[in-house]
Amino acid sequence: MSTTAPLDDKTIAELREIAARYPEARSGLLPMLHLVQSAQGRITPEGIETCAAILEISAAEVNGVATFYTMYKRHGVGDYHVGVCTNTLCAVMGGDAIFQRLKDHLEIGNDEVAAQRQGDSHTVSLEHIECNAACDYAPVLMVNWEFMDNQTPESAVQMVEALRAGHEVSSTRGPKLCSWRETERVLAGFPDGRADEGPAAGPASLAGLEIAREHGWSAPDPAATPAVEAKESDA
Amino acid sequence: MTDVLTPVLTDIWDAEQAWKLATYAERGGYAALDAAFAMSPDDIITAVKDSGLRGRGGAGFPTGMKWSFIPQDNPKPKYLVVNADESEPGTCKDIPLMMGNPHVLVEGVIISSYAIRANKAFIYIRGEVVHVIRRVQAAVEEAYAAGHLGKDIHGSGYDLDVVVHAGAGAYICGEETALLEGLEGRRGQPRLRPPFPAVAGLYASPTVINNVESIASVPAIVKNGAAWFGAMGTEKSKGHGIFSLSGHVRKPGQYEAPLGITLRELLDLAGGVREGHQLKFWTPGGSSTPLFTDQHLDVPLDFEGVAGAGSMLGTRALQIFDDTVCVVRAVLRWTEFYQHESCGKCTPCREGTWWLAQALTRLENGQGSEADLDQLIDQCDNILGRAFCALGDGATSPVTSSIQYFREEYLAHLSHGGCPFDPARSTAWAGTEVSA
Ligand SMILES: Cc1cc2nc3c(=O)[nH]c(=O)nc-3n(C[C@H](O)[C@H](O)[C@H](O)COP(=O)(O)O)c2cc1C
Ligand code: SF4
Ligand code: FES
Repeated sequence: MSTTAPLDDKTIAELREIAARYPEARSGLLPMLHLVQSAQGRITPEGIETCAAILEISAAEVNGVATFYTMYKRHGVGDYHVGVCTNTLCAVMGGDAIFQRLKDHLEIGNDEVAAQRQGDSHTVSLEHIECNAACDYAPVLMVNWEFMDNQTPESAVQMVEALRAGHEVSSTRGPKLCSWRETERVLAGFPDGRADEGPAAGPASLAGLEIAREHGWSAPDPAATPAVEAKESDA
Repeated sequence: MTDVLTPVLTDIWDAEQAWKLATYAERGGYAALDAAFAMSPDDIITAVKDSGLRGRGGAGFPTGMKWSFIPQDNPKPKYLVVNADESEPGTCKDIPLMMGNPHVLVEGVIISSYAIRANKAFIYIRGEVVHVIRRVQAAVEEAYAAGHLGKDIHGSGYDLDVVVHAGAGAYICGEETALLEGLEGRRGQPRLRPPFPAVAGLYASPTVINNVESIASVPAIVKNGAAWFGAMGTEKSKGHGIFSLSGHVRKPGQYEAPLGITLRELLDLAGGVREGHQLKFWTPGGSSTPLFTDQHLDVPLDFEGVAGAGSMLGTRALQIFDDTVCVVRAVLRWTEFYQHESCGKCTPCREGTWWLAQALTRLENGQGSEADLDQLIDQCDNILGRAFCALGDGATSPVTSSIQYFREEYLAHLSHGGCPFDPARSTAWAGTEVSA
């Protein structure tokens, strides 16, 4: 990590561009810190100083924000950051077992980067995360904040090995995985043009809709309900 | 009588490229905009009031009434902020909604902003869902290109800009005033109220904060009328809502139905609890709402029905746990979540959640005594109503309700000298392992 390159002029211009999206520049701080992570792989002292200078606030204030939010990392993460949901529902459905298996397999603890073995083209890090709003696909993993739904200990091990080997892996409900740093750039508000990859909805999302279609169920016909005006007159 | 399921917001999710403007427009999308611009902003507020729409983010506050609190004589700019932080454990409706149908949210943002006379709106999305953020970013871009956003929208003279903002990981930023702090580039700690955001919100300006599903419900209300919306649901809980079933059911997923449907009806549709097991406990609206059991299968899932049975409708996050699950383990894990997510601003929550987690850990390990249960309840009394925001209150819900319904199971941990359950039996793959 000591080899972090300094922030280049393009990045500094983009940091200013983020601040300019808002009526008050400081509102840009969260996305700006995402961009720092994209550029440097973590929250660096230089990144903090630069954001502080652009926003004309103290570095201590920026630091206070950077330490409050869990997505900001002081120490680097892997090219692929694997989050295992261990909030209650996923934990019970197998998230605890998956997290344990990955820790054993990667020989690391929570929030650590696995050693890059000879022949590995990419690194992987591991963290347990809270409910990621995908409970109907439990147990859920996130890789670089893309959904990996309905996992098992075996599927999770296979996936991290595929990632380390440099094979292409796709989200179960999203695009082909990109690197953690590329993801952070999208979070900073610079789209990567991949919105059209992946499905509109996964199978669980469609569970109710499919049943409604089978039965011919729908919301009421608007023509059969009285208009707003009619309602006022009968009041 | 309305149908059992009433897909409105979810109706497009099975379409090819449902997230594209062209798909949405083909199905009448953005038609509500012209209907809205033909009305005065106040008439839209009245229509939303008449519809009976209540906030879909948990508390159920009437949406039209919230909008009417914006002081229009205040010379400061007005803002709309969409709460897309969706982080309450069990809640998983706004994320698939924004992934499959982002344009209904954008159309709702335009109409709602016009109604409250805001020219700038923000969609605050939790950061941990990058593909959802891509879809909303793209929808906003498409809406600009089609002239639905920007200057003089549809020749109405009305201007609106929308910023999509990614959070950075903090459950507390779902609390509306903490969200505003986050959006102002600060640590997400709740603000003292009053003043309420309607008077002094973002940048101390009048601000409406609404949940994704609330805002997404607005276009159909404007297009189809309040009576159409009110034809679904119950007397005081009108309209459609997305019910999210997760856990030990055969078909977990999203079910959009009139408010007032029961868990029994939903479980019937979802094929019931998984094979060979019984329903043990469930959350009606996320982990912050007191647990229910199999006694509550026929409680109407509307605001009054659930409150009358001692819990809260919350976000309709129905997490289903069968008889293999240890309630102490479940409650301990939620409590650790609240302890981790406590913002630290007030003592009852900061210290109290730590204490609860310690006590529950001991009990789960079979240590302690029956007196600890009464101490847990005392400790919850000290948090409930004394915490600065509703996170602290919510932290007590699983603890007190689990002791109310499952005191014997806590005691069994003591007599057994530890947890009597085998966690392997609860997993999604339990019973399906290939025996080696
Ligand atoms: C700890 C906490 C977390 C919350 N998280 C969310 C959330 O993720 N999304 C949401 O819409 N409301 C959330 N709320 C409720 C909001 O404070 C607010 O009531 C809601 O956004 C208002 O919108 P509505 O009236 O449309 O429901 C949360 C409240 C608390 C106390
Ligand atoms: S109740 Fe908890 S989250 Fe809310 S202000 Fe107090 S410490 Fe922060
Ligand atoms: S509990 Fe894991 S995604 Fe909700």
